[in-house]
Amino acid sequence: MANTSAAAPAGAAPPEATRRDFLFLATGAGLAVGAGAVAWPFVASMSPDAATVAAGAPIEVDLAPISDGQIINVFWRGKLIFVRKLTEKEVTDMKAVPVSQLADPAAFDSRVKNGHQQWLVVYGNCTHLGCVPIGHSGSFEGWSCPCHGSQFDAVGRVRRGPAPTNLPLPPYAFQSDTKIRIGEEGGKAAA
Amino acid sequence: MSAHASNAYVPKSRLAKWFESRLPLVGLVHSSFVAYPVPRNLNYFWTFGAILSAFLGIQIITGVWLAMHYEPSAKGAFDSVEHIMRDVNYGWLLRYMHANGASMFFVAVYVHIFRALYYGSYKAPREVLYILGVVIYLLMMATAFLGYTLPWGQMSFWGATVITNILAAIPVVGDTIQSLLWGGYSVGNPTVNRFFSLHFLLPWMIAGVVVLHVWALHVTGQNNPAGIPIKSSKDAVPFTPYATVKDVFATVVFMILFAWFVFYQPNYLGHADNYVPANPAVTPAHIVPEWYFLPFYAILRAVPDKLGGVILMFSAVVILAFAPWLDTSRVRSANYRPIYRQFFWVFVAVCFLLGWLGAKPPEGGYVVASQICTAYYFAHFLIVMPLCGLYETPTKLPGSILESVTGPGKQVSGAGMPVGAAAAPTTKG
Repeated sequence: MANTSAAAPAGAAPPEATRRDFLFLATGAGLAVGAGAVAWPFVASMSPDAATVAAGAPIEVDLAPISDGQIINVFWRGKLIFVRKLTEKEVTDMKAVPVSQLADPAAFDSRVKNGHQQWLVVYGNCTHLGCVPIGHSGSFEGWSCPCHGSQFDAVGRVRRGPAPTNLPLPPYAFQSDTKIRIGEEGGKAAA
Repeated sequence: MSAHASNAYVPKSRLAKWFESRLPLVGLVHSSFVAYPVPRNLNYFWTFGAILSAFLGIQIITGVWLAMHYEPSAKGAFDSVEHIMRDVNYGWLLRYMHANGASMFFVAVYVHIFRALYYGSYKAPREVLYILGVVIYLLMMATAFLGYTLPWGQMSFWGATVITNILAAIPVVGDTIQSLLWGGYSVGNPTVNRFFSLHFLLPWMIAGVVVLHVWALHVTGQNNPAGIPIKSSKDAVPFTPYATVKDVFATVVFMILFAWFVFYQPNYLGHADNYVPANPAVTPAHIVPEWYFLPFYAILRAVPDKLGGVILMFSAVVILAFAPWLDTSRVRSANYRPIYRQFFWVFVAVCFLLGWLGAKPPEGGYVVASQICTAYYFAHFLIVMPLCGLYETPTKLPGSILESVTGPGKQVSGAGMPVGAAAAPTTKG
């Protein structure tokens, strides 16, 4: 662009930067910043909106009606959560599993809250592609997924692929022995 | 291409001359769809481009009409589809045309793709034309997936869940992409709302790429069953009436198949589970995608690793775009490639087998078979295509397109078409 303004004589020194060069760079930089600034609201508008975030406030779950071995479904932030009361046998069996043999090693104690080892609270979507595993099925006293055959044990640890990780634990805390609050860990709201 | 000059459009009336000198639109249509020279040996596999154009039109028109009655929300979507089926005049017809039209679209595109692979239509100078076709195919897959989620039945919901979880496997940015698609913490109301918007957008993008696809086609000219270029005007016939009539005839025949599905088997290609409203607490016992995604679904499940399966599945589509450089043979048409031709049909069989395996439960022998077929699928592109071209001895190519039709040394009059018919097709000889 710059060298169209005046034909430099042959053999002359390289032309100096002109005002047009300056305008070209300044306009280009301005356009790049402007394009980014305009693109941002469009992308940001697609992330969870304020109403969705507000609807994701913590929920309380009453544990009293749940009997031994029972699994109930609750929803928090539109996500399915299993609350399961483990039987004595399941607790004993799960404690006996050697951690080193697990695909995603996690000790029994890390899956339940201290002092409430009968209660398991996990997200109810398979960590493979998000299907809902069926309770009390499979070979490990836990869940098996109808979609791609993953199996989880009674505390939601993956025991057979293709799921890569254990069922994740949502943030929750015991309010009393028969009540939990999902969405908060020790008084702090989840991000 | 010499036919171009002799049959160029010449405006006759004053109005036509006035318009043509300001916007040469009629001349463009004339040179592209009337005078355009078409290889005289094209078979019916070359009519699927026209069939696909027809289905793009059908999908867009029925889709716009369905959108007049559809409600894109988690609460209203399922009921509004039932409202279309029960209350809207001819709503059942619009919806069945749209749903089965999508399946017919994929039937036609698979014939179109296999035709390109058999006759070497991807080879120079048609690489860009072919890659644009792969881009259209990718856009079609995205559009079909988005559309399938809109009725908000069980298969819609869980299809959306599974596919968006596939995207979450992408390292680093996967979770962000997933959150932007969901618009929440899980598949829900914002998801169906934006999927509707995107489902409306993508067909217009397809239409745009189709324009580029046809443009590129008309620059390089059509491939043909002999795989050799047009060398003289005797090798070609004008697009109108020869290709026009053949394309329309084939489209009408294909519409019989379409109508049979719409009127007699409208739900055969769907899943009964999608007539159950979406329930985020229960996954259907046997979840499979629509039939046209089954081969890729089988590839996804063949790998016991989440990210690995996702990479392989996307690679299975993307590898198509590299065919022009993976195939080392200079002979285009598999008619003259005795070894490659056999590998080609094995490849077609493997694709069908993968489709069958994709519908089976992921256990035992099915998984092993899927793994073998997946390996073969990629071997076809990465081993067979490069090596076959190097070691195979092709049979003798005909001297010209005309010779491939008439046999060596014969005259035009032997071809079953009167002399001069190509030059003046609209006059009776």
